Amino acid sequence: MMKSSYDVVVVGGGPSGSMSAKLAAEGGVSVCLLEKDRDIGYPVRCGEAIGDSGLRKFVEPKESWFAAYLNSFSMTAPNGTSISADFTADKGYILNRRVFDYDLARLASEKGAEIYTRAYVYGLIIEDGFVKGVKLEYLGEKKEIRAKIVIGADGVESRVGRWAGIRTQLKMKDMESGFQYTLANVNIPQNRMDFFVGKTYAPGGYIWIFPKGDGIANVGIGVSGTYSKEKSSRKLLDKFVKEKFPEASILTTVCGGIPCDKPLKNPVKSGLILVGDAGHQVNPVTGGGISSGMTGGWIAGQVSANLIRKNKLDEKSLTVYTEWIHKEFGKNYSRIYNIKNAISQFTDEDLNSIADKIKKLPRDKRTLTRIFSTALTKKPLLVIDVIKVFAGI
Amino acid sequence: MIVITPNKCDFCGACVAVCPVDCIDLKEADISIRHEVCIDCDLCANICPIEVLEPIYDEK
Repeated sequence: MMKSSYDVVVVGGGPSGSMSAKLAAEGGVSVCLLEKDRDIGYPVRCGEAIGDSGLRKFVEPKESWFAAYLNSFSMTAPNGTSISADFTADKGYILNRRVFDYDLARLASEKGAEIYTRAYVYGLIIEDGFVKGVKLEYLGEKKEIRAKIVIGADGVESRVGRWAGIRTQLKMKDMESGFQYTLANVNIPQNRMDFFVGKTYAPGGYIWIFPKGDGIANVGIGVSGTYSKEKSSRKLLDKFVKEKFPEASILTTVCGGIPCDKPLKNPVKSGLILVGDAGHQVNPVTGGGISSGMTGGWIAGQVSANLIRKNKLDEKSLTVYTEWIHKEFGKNYSRIYNIKNAISQFTDEDLNSIADKIKKLPRDKRTLTRIFSTALTKKPLLVIDVIKVFAGI
Repeated sequence: MIVITPNKCDFCGACVAVCPVDCIDLKEADISIRHEVCIDCDLCANICPIEVLEPIYDEK
C-alpha cells in the first residue's frame, strides 16, 4: 500500500531508476519507485546493446537476459565498403530489455523498495528551495508523496529536473531522432553488430543492425536533430529496410529521442538527483546509455542513503554525486562529446576514403594499433577514436 | 499552431525533451499541448521520428 512519505522517491522504472532504488534500499532507507506506464520494461525504447564489463560491474549477468552474444562489429561507409573487426577487450550482448528491466526492478524490490506502475508524476513539492516530494496521479486519484530525496530517472523527457529549475532541455544538435523495427526473417550473422554511417543512411547519426537470435534483429536509426526536419528517421529507415531486408516482417515498431549531449554539468538540486537519460548520461557518439544510466543509479542510490542518514540534503552536499559521476564516466563522455562534434563535420566522401584505407589492411592485422599506425592523416586518427568508442575499449 | 494526430503517436517523449517551454504533457498513451504556453518554435515537429506533430499556420 502506497504511503504518503518515504526517504527516497524514484521517478521512472528503467535500469537507472531500478538501480537507484536498489542501492538506496540496500543503504537502509525507505524507497518508493513510480513508473508512469503499466509495465516495467515495456515499451522497449532501445537498441538493447551492452558490453560485458559495463554490465558485470553492477549485477551478475543471467542468461535469460541475452538475445545474442557479440564478438565483432562492422561499419559500412556510404559507398558500401564494410570494415569489420573483432572485439578484443570486451564482449557484448544484445539484451532482452523486457526481461532485463523486470529483473532489475525485482532486485530493487527484494532489497525493500516498493514499486508502483501507472503512477504518473506531474509535479514536484518544493518548499524553501528544497524538493520535498512529488505530485502524482495513481489509480485515478491525485496524491502527494513526500520524500527527503527525489531521484529523477524519467528518461529523455526529463521533466522532473525542469520542474526543479535544472535546464534539461536538449539542443536539436544534441538530440537524435530515433526509430527502430524489430524484424523477423532477416539473414544476418548472429554474433556481429553492424553499423551504417554517413548522410546517405542517417544524417548526423547511424543505422544499426543488432541480432536477437533466430533471424530476428533490431534494425534502427538515429538522425541528428540538425537534419531530422528534412527527412524523418522513419522514412530513412523504411528506405534502408526495403532495400536490405525485402523479405522481413515487422514484429515491433518503436521510436524515441536519444540524448547525445555531455552529461549534465549540474544534475542536482537541494533534495533532487537526476540519473540516466534524464541526466544526459549517454555515450554521445554511440547513443548507448544502459550501463552509464545504471552507473548513475548505482551512485545516486548510495549517495542518497548516505546523505539521508546524515540529514544533509542541500545542493552543495549532493555535489558528491556530481563529482563521482564525473570521475566514473563524465570526464570520458565529455571527451567523446568533442569527438562527436568533430565527426559531424565528415562528408560522405571523407567516410568512403577512410573506409577504403582501412579495408586495405588484412583482417587479422586489422587491430586497432595497426589501424592506428597506418593512419596518416588526422581524420583517420579520429576514426580510431570512434571505433574505440563503439568497441567500448 | 502545432497539431497532433494522437492515434499516430508512439508516446516516446522526443518532443517533450526538446520543447523549450515544457508545454507538452505526456502520459502513458495520452499526449497534449498547452497552446497558451506554446511558442510555435516547431522543434517538436522537427524531432518527431514519425511526423505526428505538424505545424499548421494560417497564411495571411
